[in-house]
Amino acid sequence: MSITQILFWLLSVIAIFSALMVVSSKNPVYSVLWLILTFFSISGHYILLNAQFLAIVNIIVYAGAIMVLFLFVIMLMNLNKETEPQKHKWLRMAGAIAGGALLLVLVAALKNVDIKNQEALVNEGNVGLIKNLGRELFTTYVVPFEISSILFLSAMVGTIVIGKKE
Amino acid sequence: MPINYYIFLSLALFCIGITGVLVRRNAIIIFMCIELMLNAVNLLLVAFSKMHTAAATAAGQANVGADGQLFVFFIMVVAAAEVSVGLAIIVMMYRNIHSVDVNFLNRLKH
Repeated sequence: MSITQILFWLLSVIAIFSALMVVSSKNPVYSVLWLILTFFSISGHYILLNAQFLAIVNIIVYAGAIMVLFLFVIMLMNLNKETEPQKHKWLRMAGAIAGGALLLVLVAALKNVDIKNQEALVNEGNVGLIKNLGRELFTTYVVPFEISSILFLSAMVGTIVIGKKE
Repeated sequence: MPINYYIFLSLALFCIGITGVLVRRNAIIIFMCIELMLNAVNLLLVAFSKMHTAAATAAGQANVGADGQLFVFFIMVVAAAEVSVGLAIIVMMYRNIHSVDVNFLNRLKH
């Protein structure tokens, strides 16, 4: 077993375990912290796939900006274990069974797809480096890039308008 | 690394996210589970992009597969905008009904 495979399995186990803890934690603050761990392990997967640009963007945008926003809102609302709304036991069980059944159906459907013998290039290839992605972004994808800046502007204005006290 | 492993890892993360949406009643946790599902899809997109790179390198072409990674980049952009607006809506809802329980919102009024 090479070091790449060991890292792959380690990161996968961390990702799935912390994702389960996000769903099952009673306290919302712990959920946020577990979700940050999930994002870090997904960033580790990106580094393993040699997509360094996306790994850094994932850490900065998700683990940095978005999770700080979540934590800030949770602390602003003073949510904790006692005020946490709980579903009925049977409803929770039905939800878990539905999610598991979906996983079962998807795994069964994708078990024998044509591409199953293909390999994802791990640890090499320079597609994910910032030089290639930047050139592609500012030639082929320059119009969507500019549109996304307008999207950000409108999201910012919308957030301020919604969050303002009347 | 076989592409199968990445498919099943992403499926597991996605289904955990769906289970979270179905099981929890806290609006913020539901929102976080949606982020988890977006990240599972992102991981699968990057894995497929590297799969195409491997196939194209074998055929003698270089630098194929940047499209998938740029798509992930745009998904992250949209997710950031979505989170800011969504959290603003949740804060406004908390200000009106003093709770983040989605069961109080099923009539879209208070």
